Amino acid sequence: MNRDDDILVVKNIFKVFGDRPQEALKMLEKGADKDEIFKKTGQVIGVFDANFTVKRGEIFVIMGLSGSGKSTMVRLFNRLIEPTSGSIYLNGKEITGLNDKQLLDVRRKEMSMVFQSFALMPHMTVLENAAFGLEISGVAEKERNRRAREALAQVGLAAHEYSYPHQLSGGMQQRVGLARALANDPSILLMDEAFSALDPLIRTEMQDELIRLQAEHKRTIIFISHDLDEAIRIGHRIAIMEGGRVVQVGTPQEILNNPADAYVETFFKNVDSSKVLRAGDVAKFESEIVVRQTNGATPEAPAIPYAFIVDNDGRFLGVLDNCTGRADGARKLAPKDLSVVPFDTPLHDVLGLAAAVPYPLPVVTRDGALHGTISRESLLKSLSRH
Amino acid sequence: MSEFNLLDPFQTLQIPLGDWVEASLTYFVQHFRDVFRAVRWPIDQVLNGIESLLLSVPPTIGIILGSLLGWQVAGRRMGMLCAVTLFFLGLIGVWAESMTTLALVLTSVFFCGLFGVPLGILCARYDRLEKFIRPVLDAMQTLPAFVYLVPVVMLFGIGNVPGVLVTIVFALPPLVRLTNLGIRQVPADKIEAARAFGATPWQMLTRVQLPLATQTMMAGLNQTLMLSLSMVVIASMISVGGLGQMVLRGIGRLDMGLATVGGVGLVLLAIFLDRLTQAMGERSASTDMTRRWYQRGPIGLGLRLLHLNHTKPGPVRHAL
Ligand SMILES: Nc1ncnc2c1ncn2[C@@H]1O[C@H](COP(=O)(O)OP(=O)(O)OP(=O)(O)O)[C@@H](O)[C@H]1O
Ligand SMILES: [Mg+2]
Repeated sequence: MNRDDDILVVKNIFKVFGDRPQEALKMLEKGADKDEIFKKTGQVIGVFDANFTVKRGEIFVIMGLSGSGKSTMVRLFNRLIEPTSGSIYLNGKEITGLNDKQLLDVRRKEMSMVFQSFALMPHMTVLENAAFGLEISGVAEKERNRRAREALAQVGLAAHEYSYPHQLSGGMQQRVGLARALANDPSILLMDEAFSALDPLIRTEMQDELIRLQAEHKRTIIFISHDLDEAIRIGHRIAIMEGGRVVQVGTPQEILNNPADAYVETFFKNVDSSKVLRAGDVAKFESEIVVRQTNGATPEAPAIPYAFIVDNDGRFLGVLDNCTGRADGARKLAPKDLSVVPFDTPLHDVLGLAAAVPYPLPVVTRDGALHGTISRESLLKSLSRH
Repeated sequence: MSEFNLLDPFQTLQIPLGDWVEASLTYFVQHFRDVFRAVRWPIDQVLNGIESLLLSVPPTIGIILGSLLGWQVAGRRMGMLCAVTLFFLGLIGVWAESMTTLALVLTSVFFCGLFGVPLGILCARYDRLEKFIRPVLDAMQTLPAFVYLVPVVMLFGIGNVPGVLVTIVFALPPLVRLTNLGIRQVPADKIEAARAFGATPWQMLTRVQLPLATQTMMAGLNQTLMLSLSMVVIASMISVGGLGQMVLRGIGRLDMGLATVGGVGLVLLAIFLDRLTQAMGERSASTDMTRRWYQRGPIGLGLRLLHLNHTKPGPVRHAL
């Protein structure tokens, strides 16, 4: 049922705030909507029939407008809020069935949370704050200080361990919040609008930092945001919530290309698609301009101005430039000298390159294989389509 | 007997509250006297312990210790203030009486803390308990002390112990209220963070709620202390010794000199205790201290001097 790379599985989760949740659930079954139920019963629908999985090692962004149930959703994961019905599995283990002691264990070891308001303890130093989770778990002082220092170093705050939170700027405080969560070395990091209280410059800086930390440790991060740009910037996959419902889950590109409904479409309307789409999404593989080089022999130049040379494994070697009339010049045009575009480059960054070189841009995957090419025409076409 | 009158029904419609109280009191005195006498024991022990300790210290030593305490808690200026107030207590000739009163006050504050803090914590946790306790606290604070002075004497006799009891009744409410308030005022996001990291209720209380409520609780302690002091004169009516008795005797004999000396003594003691506890509260709130408590004040100085003697002399890094 659970594939190995699914770290968190959410199944039919409902959350009703109020004292008569069953009544609200019955009305939901009959097709009543959130406002109607609130008017008739006073019950608030927090989350409505959520179903999705989070993959190991990805940044999963849950995004939606204010009141759409994002905060409720993350708090269901570590059961700061108890679901009304449904089940959640972490590594195949059902979180929703745990007793109090097991639940404490999950909160101490598996999931750590970063808060919008930082929620640092004002009476503790930065070091004590970073070690807070470990202290709660009963880790001895020496060990927890060592790990807290490590975490502080990771977020670039090593010099401030004896300061108090109120002596730090907002960005630094949130770094402490991040260090506190990292010190526990959790399998999942839950971040509830962690950067929303920061000014735009610091926010971008923190986003980069998060992307770096995630790439280094392959940590699973569930990130809540109401800012679509932020979601697209850091999210490998995005879940869009509306009125307690998860409307669509997918990569930014998938959602941009196939919005599930009109709501999602309007949501994505103002998005700069050149920032969402990646080179790999628009690159086309045209076999007629690709030449396979076997056993190091110089390939025959086809009767077209440009051709791309790959080796037996499909790895990109260079461009064959027929205009110079010299086939062996191809090998001198090593991929480094060329404008080779990695697979996951945002189109935004490809625009400048495309203008600078006369031939289509080769797009390569992470292991160096030629994924396809982007011509100026195809670039313009794909941008104008959105 | 007049007939039932609709406009003034209370000519005939009455409950004999006074009679009931008297009857039940007589019942309690007859049947439970031993129980109440048993309550005296712990109070007696604490009170006598504190009093004999305070009286055994010679005034000079007392003044020095008191000012060192002030210095440790809130810096040198506080130390000076403590020295001056204590010195004046001696100068006007009420040192021994002050120590007796101080013992009484400290004993009642001790018991207030013993019961008040846990009660406040429970009130913060259980809304129902708070709803129930609140009117009781109101009654304790507003009921004139004279009303319960008599039953307390009937149950416990006269002397210092019933004096402490009366004082506790009057001085307990602010500590309970402010402990409750302090804990309820801890920001929800801090509580949520502690929960998210897997804190047990006990860890939550000791690592988050109490530390963050300390300042408010210290304000409660300060109030409790001041109320205890203000009960001293009334408590002396049931033959509690100390400054209160001086005031009472002075009033009884129309000896204004005696009454004033006792009164001034009480004021000096109040200033000493008030400033000291207030400073403690403020210190618990200030987090921008670069040194721990044992690195500051006379203890810090002592430790540094000790350190200097043991190792080769180096520069003293921190000024006082
Ligand atoms: N404790 C609660 N009791 C009753 N209703 C609640 C409670 N917590 C949340 N809600 C309701 O649940 C809905 C979702 O709230 P939630 O806080 O999850 O939204 P959100 O998406 O995080 O919004 P924001 O971006 O403003 O943080 C809202 O309608 C809110 O009023
Ligand atoms: Mg929220």
